[in-house]
Amino acid sequence: MATTLAKALNDGLRAAMERDPKVLVMGEDVGRLGGVFRITDGLQKDFGEQRVLDTPLSESGIIGAAVGLAVRGFRPVCEIQFDGFVFPGFDQIVSQLAKLRYRTQGAVPVPVVVRIPFGGGIGAVEHHSESPESLFAHVAGLKVVACSNPADAYWMIQQAILTDDPVIFFEPKRRYWEKGEVEADLDAAPPLHSARVVRAGSTLTVATYGPMVKTCLDAATAAAEDGHELEVVDLRSLSPLDLEPVAESVRRTGHLVVVSEAPSEASITAEVAARIQQECFFSLEAPVLRVTGFDTPYPPSRLEDDYLPDLDRVLDAVDRSLAW
Amino acid sequence: MDKPQAWVPTDPRSRPSQSQVVAGLKGVDAGGPELVQLLTPEGERVPDERFDRYADVSLDELKSLYRDLVLVRRADREGNSLQRQGELGIWVPLLGQEAAQVGSGRALRPTDMCFPSYREHGVAWCRGVDPAELLGIFRGTDHGSWDFTGKRFHPYTIVIGNQCLNAAGYAMGQRFESKVGDPDTGEATICYFGDGATSQGDVHEGFVWAAAYDAPLVFFCQNNQWAISVPLNRQTRVPLYQRARGYGFPGVRVDGNDVLACLAVTRWALEECRTGNGPVLIEAFTYRMDAHTTSDDATRYRLAGEVELWKLKDPIERVRVHLARRHGVEPEFFDGVEAEANELGERLRAFCRAMAQPGPERMFSEVYADPSPQVEAERAEYLAYHASFVDGEG
Ligand SMILES: Cc1ncc(C[n+]2csc(CCOP(=O)(O)OP(=O)(O)O)c2C)c(N)n1
Repeated sequence: MATTLAKALNDGLRAAMERDPKVLVMGEDVGRLGGVFRITDGLQKDFGEQRVLDTPLSESGIIGAAVGLAVRGFRPVCEIQFDGFVFPGFDQIVSQLAKLRYRTQGAVPVPVVVRIPFGGGIGAVEHHSESPESLFAHVAGLKVVACSNPADAYWMIQQAILTDDPVIFFEPKRRYWEKGEVEADLDAAPPLHSARVVRAGSTLTVATYGPMVKTCLDAATAAAEDGHELEVVDLRSLSPLDLEPVAESVRRTGHLVVVSEAPSEASITAEVAARIQQECFFSLEAPVLRVTGFDTPYPPSRLEDDYLPDLDRVLDAVDRSLAW
Repeated sequence: MDKPQAWVPTDPRSRPSQSQVVAGLKGVDAGGPELVQLLTPEGERVPDERFDRYADVSLDELKSLYRDLVLVRRADREGNSLQRQGELGIWVPLLGQEAAQVGSGRALRPTDMCFPSYREHGVAWCRGVDPAELLGIFRGTDHGSWDFTGKRFHPYTIVIGNQCLNAAGYAMGQRFESKVGDPDTGEATICYFGDGATSQGDVHEGFVWAAAYDAPLVFFCQNNQWAISVPLNRQTRVPLYQRARGYGFPGVRVDGNDVLACLAVTRWALEECRTGNGPVLIEAFTYRMDAHTTSDDATRYRLAGEVELWKLKDPIERVRVHLARRHGVEPEFFDGVEAEANELGERLRAFCRAMAQPGPERMFSEVYADPSPQVEAERAEYLAYHASFVDGEG
């Protein structure tokens, strides 16, 4: 059945809550309102105020209390309203959430999911369009994933909730309303921490994730008209990275372009580029190229079309790589 | 109300003059008329209408409180010495805060949960954590190794204030699981932090969360007057216990050097929480007699006179005097406790020196519940590298 990414997340949360009474949903406005993006719509009505918590306006509180609830045996799913507001909770994420299991040598697991709508392209004001995923991927003890389509959203949120580790779960907010087919069989879903080839091709490999997957697929369609068959890999998991599908692809194509809308310095795209050149040095026919946002704060929204990588910037990188 | 203090630090570059510090001392050492005290520094039992019924202890219980105070102090002093001897990297002394910790710790039941900061060796003792189990943290062999879930004593928290929110979440869980309401079977949570911590957002947010969810949580602030070198009046204009009012729950200031008062007030607060009237803030008005840690030089920022003043309020001495004068306890009892303390000290020293160096595999263990390919690859690579040296030597 075709459904939107937003609805798929809602269905996934509902399925997880039905499966396990210890699963809680908590965050600002997630109850009566259903969240500012309505991802938690109707959950409080069906599961009650004690399982869907409208919390105080307090990000450190949301994460810190979730850690305590997890110690008590709950499985909290926290919603951070917008990417740019996770930073008051960053301390609790880095200092407690990521480290408690390690500190206690496995005695105190913290199965908490932190959902963060991320990325730009919705014409929002400051702090509503950021891509902070690399900051989290750098923190040992956290797992970081990004969904890109309704089917993945549905499966991945459930898999994240089933995971005994803390998972930072990035949702591409500008893809919330795009539709796709969702096959409701969780057992048939690929593992959470696996990359996936979403379009096969033999000319050049494009590795990407989150909101840029659709952009890259569109670029691949356009490139096909010029006779270039791009293979597009959706990384899906940012920490740990599953780079074998990318390496396998690069060994065939000899070309890699890595695409993300986050700034480039010390980022996921840098990590992919470094590791693939290390793994596939003798297969590469051109340096690994990156297409990213700029190393500037996210600009005013009238400029976001310039900031965000689009089809043309991806195709330009493809041309540069092939022309090497 | 506290007297207004002589020096108000409006300009961060300003320093109090000597006379201002001395004037300030009067504010620091007097807890004010609201201070709950059951045992005076002279060892006199004074009545308290509100809290006497929570201080109903037998002579045997009093003696065992005394024993705990002495043994906890001995363990603390041993930790300090072991650091001086190079056996520990650092030690965080609790000297002077024994009564606040033993009094509150002894009020807890096994089913209650406890979230400590990093100085709570006396509370650990009351939770049944052997002081030897604390040493690994300071020797650098682990981050804590006691039975966290069984003893219900959370790992030490180093980031100031974090634990207040973790405790709020845990206490919310107790309420969600309907473990609140009955004074006999009800559960509660207690969380410890310092006077400096009250300036952190997490402590404020902890107050908000606990209040918003009626969490059965006792906030236990040990106001030892100093956050490393920064005095209380740089953190607050009002006495800390009065802050609770702004969050809609009661705050009590107790003499933190009076083990009986700390026991009684904490019992009351826990009962409030168990029966569903939480949260509660307790400010234990006390003093840190030693440096902040073994890396700190307290003579740089505080006057010897201040320390001398607080010596007169020693938490152990007043119990000893009370036991001897009021209950005629014989010297043999005190000698017995002393001997036990010496044995504990020796045991800790021997234990510390015998602690094994952890193997490098420990570095990679339990980072994740589901193994991470990256960590597994790094583990394999490093252990092979490490083994290559051992082989080379052998
Ligand atoms: C967030 C944070 N900032 C700074 C420090 C460094 N630090 C450790 S203890 C301390 C003072 C704490 O004072 P207080 O809360 O009064 O507790 P006390 O040590 O006196 O018991 C500071 C600044 C820290 N551990 N965490």
